[in-house]
Amino acid sequence: MGKPFSHSFIVEGRNFVQAGTASTKIKTMLKELGIDGGVVRRVAIATYEAEMNIVMYANSGTVVLEVTPEVVRLNVNDRGPGISDIDLAMQEGYSTATPEMREMGFGAGMGLPNIKKNADDLRIKSTVGEGTNLEITFRIN
Amino acid sequence: MATAPEEFRSIRIDKEQCAGRMACMRVCPTEAIRVRDRRAFLLPDKCIDCGECVRVCPNHAIVPQTSSFRDFSRFKYTIALPSPVFYSQFGRGVLPASILKALKKVGFDDSYDVACASESVSIAIQEFLDSNDSPRPLISPFCPTIVRLVQIRYPNLLDHLIPIESPMEIAAREAKHVKMRELGLKEHEIGVIYLTPCPAKTIAIRYPPRKKHSFLDGAIAISEIYPTVVQALSQIGGLNGNSSIRGLGLGWPMVGGQVSSLKAEECLAIAGLADVIRILEDIENGKLKDIQYIECNSCPTACVGGSLTVENPYIARGRVLRMIEQFGSKPCQDLEKIRRLYRRKFFSLPGKIPAHPVQPLDQDVSMAIQKLQGKHDLYEKLPKIDCGACGSPTCLTFAEDVVKGSAALEDCVFLAMRKFASMSSSLLETVESHSRKVPYQTDFEKS
Ligand SMILES: Nc1ncnc2c1ncn2[C@@H]1O[C@H](COP(=O)(O)OP(=O)(O)OP(=O)(O)O)[C@@H](O)[C@H]1O
Ligand code: SF4
Ligand SMILES: [Mg+2]
Repeated sequence: MGKPFSHSFIVEGRNFVQAGTASTKIKTMLKELGIDGGVVRRVAIATYEAEMNIVMYANSGTVVLEVTPEVVRLNVNDRGPGISDIDLAMQEGYSTATPEMREMGFGAGMGLPNIKKNADDLRIKSTVGEGTNLEITFRIN
Repeated sequence: MATAPEEFRSIRIDKEQCAGRMACMRVCPTEAIRVRDRRAFLLPDKCIDCGECVRVCPNHAIVPQTSSFRDFSRFKYTIALPSPVFYSQFGRGVLPASILKALKKVGFDDSYDVACASESVSIAIQEFLDSNDSPRPLISPFCPTIVRLVQIRYPNLLDHLIPIESPMEIAAREAKHVKMRELGLKEHEIGVIYLTPCPAKTIAIRYPPRKKHSFLDGAIAISEIYPTVVQALSQIGGLNGNSSIRGLGLGWPMVGGQVSSLKAEECLAIAGLADVIRILEDIENGKLKDIQYIECNSCPTACVGGSLTVENPYIARGRVLRMIEQFGSKPCQDLEKIRRLYRRKFFSLPGKIPAHPVQPLDQDVSMAIQKLQGKHDLYEKLPKIDCGACGSPTCLTFAEDVVKGSAALEDCVFLAMRKFASMSSSLLETVESHSRKVPYQTDFEKS
């Protein structure tokens, strides 16, 4: 089996102008690879939510995309406040979004649950005061 | 379903006229044009018929695939169906009714208004929004460029295109049926010809995405018919008076024209491809679910700014606004009658729109993965200034063309220069190492 395709994207915290560009580029790449439309859509939703969480809560981060003929994998790493109670954060509707973020249409507390729903596998590691890491996997076919 | 053969697009590049000046390549929003050996050529699978290249070609080498009047001589009876944009192309005080009359002077047997059909379609859209819970937001399918964009780049969103017949089809069907009854003619004996603001409509007519045949038989560019109609208008005279053409349908050709006649609270009107793409990305990312309906126009000023119009789009828009002020408040359709027609599926389009996803880099995923990596590795070595000298619109598309085998590394002037530099430096080295073997002193060393 050949080497996987891999590409990394930088995401800036609190930069709402750039927000969403990593997801857009990732989608384009998956379409160039001929990945099934349903998978593209699931990856799109998950990447967007992960990217927005960096923009809203962290200082900076990276999204690393890896594609093999079998899986699409996203490794999302950020430097930021971290999540103290992951089980709580994973609950639908739980959110610490500020009123300003809610004004912008975020803060429904649906991001992480949506990532989980759309992925085939989700692993979260987080250290308070340091940052958060998501490993999100999607099976192709 | 009438599926367009992928090679047929609404424009053609005339090799004789093309001087390879790259204006089209730079402006193409989907990177569908390349220039090789000083000639532009089209990658039809990437083209979305937006007509931007038509506007910028300094040599008029981009030919819209519209028809001419004489192409319709096979019909016993011809009916002109001017896009409502047409009403905005003439001076102040020239009313739609006079324009329709002028069209009969220039050779059509009859002419028929579309704005009134636009009003009924608006009512049908409202009924659909009220009674149907298909995925939101729904997207307007009346700009053929947008439909094509969704087909090739966002096939996931095809279900969002509202399955409602376009005003030009509704009007054409009505015009045909009225004349068949009146004159006892057969359907194929009547030619209904759209006067179009853009090349894209020719695709919607030749290959309607959700059905076998269009009720229209072809399209003539507004810019082509314009001069003769101006002449005819000057002969008609007596231009003021009342207009039988009225209602909010008159506003359809400008940005917001479709949604202004909708009651739905959460509607957006988007114009210009860059903004439309941004919205489609958002929808694909699962956003905007609380929006009901999005009017999407490829042209930045919507159809009044189509690439085959003649008037300045802002002046045209001003005229549309004035027409609405004068004749917009009085509807031309009976609301209850349209609702009944809607329930009888008069406006529905049952067919599915086929996806035409962009060709992957390779049919085999492993190969595609290798090529995509190759593309991005090469891109990192390029100057990233998108100079276009290679004949590809950007450094990234150049890298893609190389891995696909349709461009060579040396086509990049920078890579070629670097290669030349390293060749000449190794040449220099050879010369130097060779000269070192020869006992030779410069004048400077001697002194
Ligand atoms: N990268 C992160 N760094 C720090 N905290 C995070 C991060 N991602 C999520 N959280 C925390 O987890 C909570 C839940 O996240 P989730 O994405 O599910 O919802 P949300 O971002 O609050 O709202 P929504 O995603 O619906 O706009 C957030 O409110 C935040 O407290
Ligand atoms: S916005 Fe109107 S004129 Fe422009 S491409 Fe679309 S349908 Fe044609
Ligand atoms: Mg979130």
